[in-house]
Amino acid sequence: MSATAENYRGYNFAYLDEQTKRMIRRAILKAIAIPGYQVPFASREMPMPYGWGTGGVQVTAAILGPDDILKVIDQGADDTTNAVSIRQFFEKTAGVQTTTETGKATIIQTRHRIPEATLQDHQVLVYQVPIPEPLRFLEPRETETRTMHALAEYGLMHVKLYEDIAQHGHIAKTYDYPVLVAERYVMAPSPIPKFDNPKMHQSGALQLFGAGREKRIYAIPPHTEVVSLDFEDHPFEPTKFTEPCALCGALDSYLDEVITDDKGGRMFVCSDTHHCESRRAEGHVGALGTPITPVTEAAE
Amino acid sequence: MYVAVKGGERAIANAHRLLDHERRGDRAVPELSPTQIDEQLALAVDRVMSEGSLYDRGLAALAIKQARGDLIEAIFLVRAYRTTLPRFGYSNPVDTGRMAIRRRISATYKDLPGGQVLGPTFDYTHRLIDFALAAEREVAEPLTAPVGPDTETPRVTDMIANDDLIERNLKTDETKPVGDLTRDPLAFPADRDLRLQNLARGDEGFLLALGYSTQRGYGRNHPFVGEIRMGEVEIELEIPELGLTASLGAVTLTECQMVNQFKGSLTEPARFTRGYGLSFGHCERRAMSMALVDRALRAKEFGEERKGPAQDEEFVLSHSDNVQSTGFVEHLKLPHYVDFQAELALLRQMRSEFEARQASSHPEAAE
Repeated sequence: MSATAENYRGYNFAYLDEQTKRMIRRAILKAIAIPGYQVPFASREMPMPYGWGTGGVQVTAAILGPDDILKVIDQGADDTTNAVSIRQFFEKTAGVQTTTETGKATIIQTRHRIPEATLQDHQVLVYQVPIPEPLRFLEPRETETRTMHALAEYGLMHVKLYEDIAQHGHIAKTYDYPVLVAERYVMAPSPIPKFDNPKMHQSGALQLFGAGREKRIYAIPPHTEVVSLDFEDHPFEPTKFTEPCALCGALDSYLDEVITDDKGGRMFVCSDTHHCESRRAEGHVGALGTPITPVTEAAE
Repeated sequence: MYVAVKGGERAIANAHRLLDHERRGDRAVPELSPTQIDEQLALAVDRVMSEGSLYDRGLAALAIKQARGDLIEAIFLVRAYRTTLPRFGYSNPVDTGRMAIRRRISATYKDLPGGQVLGPTFDYTHRLIDFALAAEREVAEPLTAPVGPDTETPRVTDMIANDDLIERNLKTDETKPVGDLTRDPLAFPADRDLRLQNLARGDEGFLLALGYSTQRGYGRNHPFVGEIRMGEVEIELEIPELGLTASLGAVTLTECQMVNQFKGSLTEPARFTRGYGLSFGHCERRAMSMALVDRALRAKEFGEERKGPAQDEEFVLSHSDNVQSTGFVEHLKLPHYVDFQAELALLRQMRSEFEARQASSHPEAAE
C-alpha cells in the first residue's frame, strides 16, 4: 500500500469512519434487496463538493477493501480532471491499487458512462448520481414522488414520453433515460447516454447508485431485468453513430465529437478511453489514427 | 490534429500551486494570520461557524484564510471537517435566560427588566466610509457600566407568557430524541426540531430573502421583534457515570424571538404566536430571518393558507443549504460532453427529418 498523504493523516481507511461505513452498507444492502428503490441514507459532507460525485465516493468508500482494484472514469475517460481527482483521493486515503483497465478493476466508479467492455460477476459499478428521482422534473415534491413509487403510479411518466413523441416525433430524452427495474420501480440511470441503457440489463456486475446531495442510494443486483421505458409503436432505440471512431475504427462504441478547427471540422473518437486504447493496441486503426505498439500500463 | 486531453493530473497539481500563490498575493504585503481574522473579521468567523455548524473560532478563521475570504468555501471546509468528528455526548439544552448579556433589545416594550442594551451594533452608525480606518490608529477603550450580580434579564417572551398572551412552548417529550439531519436523512413532513436545525445552518442570504418575502405578502405573519439578545451562555454536559454536570465552557449566541399574529379558536383564547431564531456568534440578520421563516413554516400548524415560498417546507428545507446549493450549481462546469453529444445526435436527427419533410412537402407547397 502506498503511503497515505500528509493531508489525510488521522483519517480512517478510505476516509469515512467505520460507523458511517456501516450505515452506508446497511443502505446498500436494503437497496440490493429492493432493486430500483431509492433508500434514504445519512449522507455525509465529503472533502469534495456536492455535484462532484460525493454519493459515488461514499458508496465506494463503504465497499472498498484493501485488496480491491479501483478504476474511476468521468465521461468514459480515466484522465478527465474529476476522475483523476477521485482516483487520487482513494490512492491517498485507502492506498488501494488503481487501474485504467476495465477488466482488471473490481470496483469502477463512473460519472455519465458505462464502460464498453461487458462487466463481469466479480465487478461492482458505482454510479455518481445528481438527481436520483426519475419523476422529479414531473413532480418536484418528494412527498408526492414517494407516494407515486409506493403505488407504482407511473402514468405521469408515460404521458410525458407520449407528449415528447407528439411534439418532437421522438422521446426527447437522450440521457438519464428512465428504466423499469425488475418489473417494479421506475429508476433514473443517472445521466448516462441512453446508448448505455441496454448494458444495465442482466449485467453480471452489481450496480450501485449513490446520490450524496439528495441522500439516496439505489441498486441493480446482478442479472436483473432492466427495461428502458417505451411504447409498442415507438420502441426504445439507443443512439447510433453513423461513422466509426477516428482513432480505433470502432463501430459499436459511444463517440465524443471533437471540434478540430473553427471551419466546421470535427472528428469522432471513443468516449471510453480504455476501450479505444486497447483496440489500438490490438492493431485496429481508424481513419485519423496511427498504429501504436502495445504498452503496459504507465499509470501505476 | 487531435490531441487527447491528457495530463489532468499535472494540470490539477499546477492549478493548486497557482491557487496557493494567488492566496498569498503580493509577498511584500504582510501575511494575514488566523488570529487577525478572528479578531478583526469576527463577524465573518461567526457566519462561518453558524453555517459550518461548528463552534471553533480558530478553525473558522483558518478556513476563511484558506478560502481566500470566500465564506461559502470556508463553510464547506468547516462542514467537511465537522462531519469527521466523533460524538461523545449531547449537552444539556442551553438556557438563554441565563445569558451573560452583551446586547439585548426589544421592539415591543420601551423599557423592561434588564433594560435595553445596545451593545456593539451598526444600527445607528451613518454608513459613511471611514477613511481614517485605512491607517492604523489608536482605538479608545469602551466604556463599561457596573453590572450587579442581581441584574436579571428575563426573556421578553417569558414575560408575555406570564400574562398568557403568547402561545405556550410545547411540552417537550423527554423520551423522544431530538432530530438530527446530519445523522438521518431529512424526510418530509419534517417536525419543527429538524426545521430549526436546517434553518440554523441555512444560507444567510437565502434566509434573508425568504424572511423579506414574508414581509412583502408572500406568507405574511405580522412579526414584532419581541427580543434580540446576544451574549455568552454556558454549555453543560451531564456525566451520568460520575453523577455530575460539567461545564464545557461558554459560547456566544444570538437569539431572536419574534412575536407574531395571534391565533385563537372556539376552545382556546387568542394568543400571539412565536417564531424562533438562534445563531452562533453575533449574527443578528440571520437570527431574525430564521425567526421569520420558522414562523412562516408553521402555517399548517395554525391552519393558514400556504401561498408563499417561505411557507413551503419542502422548498425551503431542500434549498437552504449553501454547501449543497453551491456544489450542484457549480458542478455544471464539470465535463458533460457525453450527455451533450446525445442531445446533439437527437437534434441532428430531428433536423434531418425536418428537412426531409420540407423537401417532400415542397411540391405541394408550390401548388
